[in-house]
Amino acid sequence: MLKIITAVIGRDLKLAMRRQADIVSALFFFVIVVSLFPLGVGPEPDLLRKLAPGVLWVAALLATMLSLPRLFADDHRDGTLEQLALAPHPLGLVVTGKVIAHWLVSGLPLALIAPVLGIQFDLSTDALVVLTFAILIGTPALSGIGAIGAALTLGLRGGGVLLSLLVLPLYIPVLIFGAGAVDATVTGLGGEGHLSLLAALTFASLGFAPWASAAALKIALE
Amino acid sequence: MLEADNLECVRGERRLFAGLGFRLEAGELLYLQGKNGAGKTSLLRMLIGLLPPEAGEIRWKGGSIKSDEFRADLCYLGHLNAIKEELTPLENLLAAARLADEDLSEDDAIDALEQVGLAGREDLACKYLSQGQKRRVALARLVKERRPLWILDEPFVALDVAAVDWLAGIISGHLQRGGLAVMTTHQLVNIPAGTVRELRLS
Repeated sequence: MLKIITAVIGRDLKLAMRRQADIVSALFFFVIVVSLFPLGVGPEPDLLRKLAPGVLWVAALLATMLSLPRLFADDHRDGTLEQLALAPHPLGLVVTGKVIAHWLVSGLPLALIAPVLGIQFDLSTDALVVLTFAILIGTPALSGIGAIGAALTLGLRGGGVLLSLLVLPLYIPVLIFGAGAVDATVTGLGGEGHLSLLAALTFASLGFAPWASAAALKIALE
Repeated sequence: MLEADNLECVRGERRLFAGLGFRLEAGELLYLQGKNGAGKTSLLRMLIGLLPPEAGEIRWKGGSIKSDEFRADLCYLGHLNAIKEELTPLENLLAAARLADEDLSEDDAIDALEQVGLAGREDLACKYLSQGQKRRVALARLVKERRPLWILDEPFVALDVAAVDWLAGIISGHLQRGGLAVMTTHQLVNIPAGTVRELRLS
């Protein structure tokens, strides 16, 4: 079981390394969107501190969305997805591997760069730590939920827009608890409660989403 | 070994075939023939379990084809090559084997690539290969493949004359070992070994 998951992760990471432009463009999108806000709103530390959690999280959702349409589309186009579906193990395990690989190349870089961007919003050290941690444990849920949308819209024309319409509403709980954790730290309430709920969302979606995606992929392959 | 009973296929509003059945035993090859749109690929996709039949049943060794055991016995080669342009032929072969849960050593993979005439190109990304060479990378899988059931969709497309003969030899070797094969083709290629059956869809 672990063997197939690591095989998928290894292959997807190798492919991502050969195509670094994809990773870098999503990351730069995140950096630029977040950096535009302080420039547009103006240098008022109080206001920026209030805006920071929401802005960073919304930008993280959108940056994750950018790479979702290609999650299965490339494999579908060149026939690899058929071969994966015919391998002698459940397709859900393959999707689990793909979701983890997607997180490693899209979610993890966001978490690593988020504290640097947070400085632009005059966040305290505590808030920066919680922000990084929240993005770190919240983005796997984004990859998981996104995989369902990517599988459902596979092969559709204009699937990208439909994918956003399907997936963004499902991201709302992650947004609320992710931004809430930073907010609660800024106001001194402590973000532990929010972080626990975020972790719960991640575990639930990683357990459930690959199997739902696998069911959708089977329909797309018919 | 492989039995199909009373199969019916409907694509869109059209019924492509109905009441189709056959039995295939060890060492036998089934040639599927028929004009474009007759349902050859649809039938193959039913046999590998990706397309549920409208009616009828397919059995492998008397059991269902919706099982990991069936898929562990199956090797399918579609008309898409299932190779990654960014990876080299060698990486493609090794990755495909790992994902299909097969043991393939690096030496075996290099040997297979030499046999399909890609010696010296093992380390070149597949996007730099020609159409025929990409097809050869996909076919290199068959060299070391020991699973009993091969289902091949138009395996001879884009191959030159020498490669067609080579592939016919690989398929006869498979039949001699007691394997089964089902394939569609427009050009009738002489397969020296095994019992050849034909099924014409119309």
